[in-house]
Amino acid sequence: MKVHEYQARQMFADHGVPVPNGEIATTSSEAYEIAERFNKPVMVKAQVLVGGRGKAGGVKYAENAEAAQVLATKIIDMDIKGETVHKVLISEAVDILSESYVGIILDRATQKPVIMVSSAGGVDIEEVADKTPEKIFKEYVDPVVGLQAYQARNLAYKLFKDIGQVRQGADILMKLYQTFWDVDASLVEINPLVTVPGGKVLAIDAKVNIDDNALYRQKEIEAMRDLAAEEPAEIKAREADLSFVKLDGSIGCIVNGAGLAMTTMDLVKRYGGEPANFLDIGGSSNPQKVVAAMDIILSDPNVRSILINIFGGITRCDDVASGIVEAFKQLKPSIPVVVRLTGTNEKEGKKILASVKLPSADTLDNVVKKAIELAG
Amino acid sequence: MSIFIDKKTKVIVQGITGRDGSFHAKQMKNYGTNVVAGVTPGKGGSKVAGIPVFNTMQDAMAKVKANTSVIYVPPPFAVDAIYEAVSAGIKLVVCVTEGVPANDMMKVAPFVKANGARLIGPNCPGLISPDQSKVGILPGTIVKKGNIGVISRSGTLTYEAIWALTLEGLGQTTCVGIGGDQVIGTNFIDCLAAFEADKATKGIVMIGEIGGSDEEEAAAYIKKNLTKPVVSFIAGQAAPPGKRMGHAGAIVSGGSGTAEGKIKALNAAGIPVAGSPTELPALMKEALKKAKAKAAKKAAKAKSKAK
Repeated sequence: MKVHEYQARQMFADHGVPVPNGEIATTSSEAYEIAERFNKPVMVKAQVLVGGRGKAGGVKYAENAEAAQVLATKIIDMDIKGETVHKVLISEAVDILSESYVGIILDRATQKPVIMVSSAGGVDIEEVADKTPEKIFKEYVDPVVGLQAYQARNLAYKLFKDIGQVRQGADILMKLYQTFWDVDASLVEINPLVTVPGGKVLAIDAKVNIDDNALYRQKEIEAMRDLAAEEPAEIKAREADLSFVKLDGSIGCIVNGAGLAMTTMDLVKRYGGEPANFLDIGGSSNPQKVVAAMDIILSDPNVRSILINIFGGITRCDDVASGIVEAFKQLKPSIPVVVRLTGTNEKEGKKILASVKLPSADTLDNVVKKAIELAG
Repeated sequence: MSIFIDKKTKVIVQGITGRDGSFHAKQMKNYGTNVVAGVTPGKGGSKVAGIPVFNTMQDAMAKVKANTSVIYVPPPFAVDAIYEAVSAGIKLVVCVTEGVPANDMMKVAPFVKANGARLIGPNCPGLISPDQSKVGILPGTIVKKGNIGVISRSGTLTYEAIWALTLEGLGQTTCVGIGGDQVIGTNFIDCLAAFEADKATKGIVMIGEIGGSDEEEAAAYIKKNLTKPVVSFIAGQAAPPGKRMGHAGAIVSGGSGTAEGKIKALNAAGIPVAGSPTELPALMKEALKKAKAKAAKKAAKAKSKAK
C-alpha cells in the first residue's frame, strides 16, 4: 500500500528524521492561512500516489501567502496521470545547496534490506541506476542484527565531506532504517535529502510503501488508505477479498490462483484478444466471491465476454458452479460467459452448471479462444 | 527416487484443527502420507481423523519422531510456528500460509538455515512425490509417478502444468511449489541442485512468473551446473508494470522483473520457454530426446576412444 508524502513525512518526523515545517490543506484558503502563519516562502505540493507529479506541474514555489493561494487553486482538483489532487502540502521552502538520494528496500536476491544512497539526488534514481550505476552506493543489512553505525557512516561519507554533515547523515540513516521496520515498509525513500545554508541536512520529500501482508498489525496506517486515489472496482474487489487489477481490454477473466490468472491473461493476448482485468478469486470456495467477481467485471462497459477458468484444488468446482448460477440469477449478464471447470469436484460442478446452459471448454487454451471468439 | 520428501517422511500438521488444516490433514493421510501428529495450542489430547493432537511441537516430538511439518495457521501466527518447528528439531518445514509479512520472513529464513533445516514457502502449495508422500495442498489426483521434476512459484498454474505432463504420459519424481512471496525459504536453485542430484529425475520443468530475478539467476545456474534438460514457462507477459498481480512477489517495478527479460535470459541459457503451459510436455519430450542423443553420442565416442 502506498501512503501520501505528508503521511510518510509524519512517519519520518515521528522517528526523529529532520523535515521542514509543513501542513496539509484541502482548500486554497487553508493554503493561504498556513503560508501566512509560516510567514516565509513555501512549496505547494500536490498529494498524489502516482509518481512524476513535479513534471506534471504539481509542485510549485510560492513567494508569499497570496501566491500560495493562487497556486493551491490551480493544483487542487488538477488531474495528474488520472489521479485527482484533493490535498496539497504547504511546506516551508528551503535554500538547497546539495541534493542526495537515500532509499531502503527489501533486496530479493539477498533477502535482506539494502540501503542505497547517491549524491546524484533529486532526479529519477532509476535512470541513475541504469546509466551510471557507479554513482549509487549500497550497504546490505543483516536483518537479525540490524543496521550498524559503521555502515551508516560508510554511506554518509559517500554523500558528504563535512564531518558535521556526515554525522547528521548517518543519524538520519539509522532513524530511517528504524522507520522501515516499525511501519513494515517495503520501501522508504528520501529524494532529495538536502543540505541548506548553515550546514543542516533535511529530508524534503518522503516516500513510504507498506507491505500489504503486514497491514493486519498496522491499523493506523491502513486507515490512511486513500480510497479516492483508487479504482472503484479495485476497492470493491478488496472488500470482497478478491485480488483484482483493472486493464483496458474486452475479455473479462475470473480465475483461481494468481499464477493461473496471469497465464490466462497472457493467453488472451497470445490468441489475439485483450484482457479486461486480472482477477484471482483465491483459494476459498465461497460462491459469493464468484457473484462479486461477476458483478465487478460486468460493471466495466468495455467487457464483451467473460471467461471463467477454474483448476480445482482447495477451490471446489461445485462451489464455483453454485456461484455462477447465483450470479446469473442476480445479475442476468447480457454478454457471453464461457466456463472451464477442472479438478476437485469437477463432475458435481458441471451438473450444477447444466441449469444455465453456458458454452464451455475443456482446456486452458480452448476456453481462452472461445471467449475471444464470443467477444466478436 | 524423489527430492525432499519420500516414503520415510513423517509429518506433523501445525494448525490441524483449523478448517484448512483438518481438511488437508485428511487429504494427505488418504494419499498415503505418514501423518503422525497435529499441533494446536489448547486442543491437546483430541484427535483429527485419528491423528493425535498436541498443544506444542515439543510435546508432539516427545511422542512421535517426525522429520517434517506443514503449517496451516493464520498469517499472524505462521512465523512463530516456523520457529517452533525448527526449535523442536524438524528438518523440513512447509509453510502453506499466505500473507506472512516480509520483514518477519527476512528474520526467520536465516534462522531455519542456521539450524540445518529447510523451509519451503510461505504462500505455497507444498510438494508431492507421487505414490510416496504429499505435504501441502497439491491435489493427488493430477500427478503420476515418473521421471520429471517440477518447480514452480505458483499454485494452480503448477497444477495446470502437472496435469498437462500427466496427460502426455510424463510422470513426475517430485513437484515443488516454492511460493509466490518475496522472501521464501527454498528457491529455484535449491530445487535445481536437488533434482540434478536425484538419479530418478531425467528432466525438469521450471515455472516462473514476473517479479524479482530468481529466474535469471536460475538460468545462469542451469547453464553452469546442470546436465539434465530444463524447460520453462513464465507467467505475466501481459501484466502492466507497477501493479501487484496477486502474489506479493509478482510485480514488475522499474523495468526489472519483466517476463520478457526472464524469457530472454532463459533462452540465452539454452532453455526452451513454452508459449502456454499446455506446450510444456512437447518441449520436454523434445528436450529429453536431444539429451538422450547427446548421451548416446558421448558414449559412442568414449567407446571408440577405448578401442
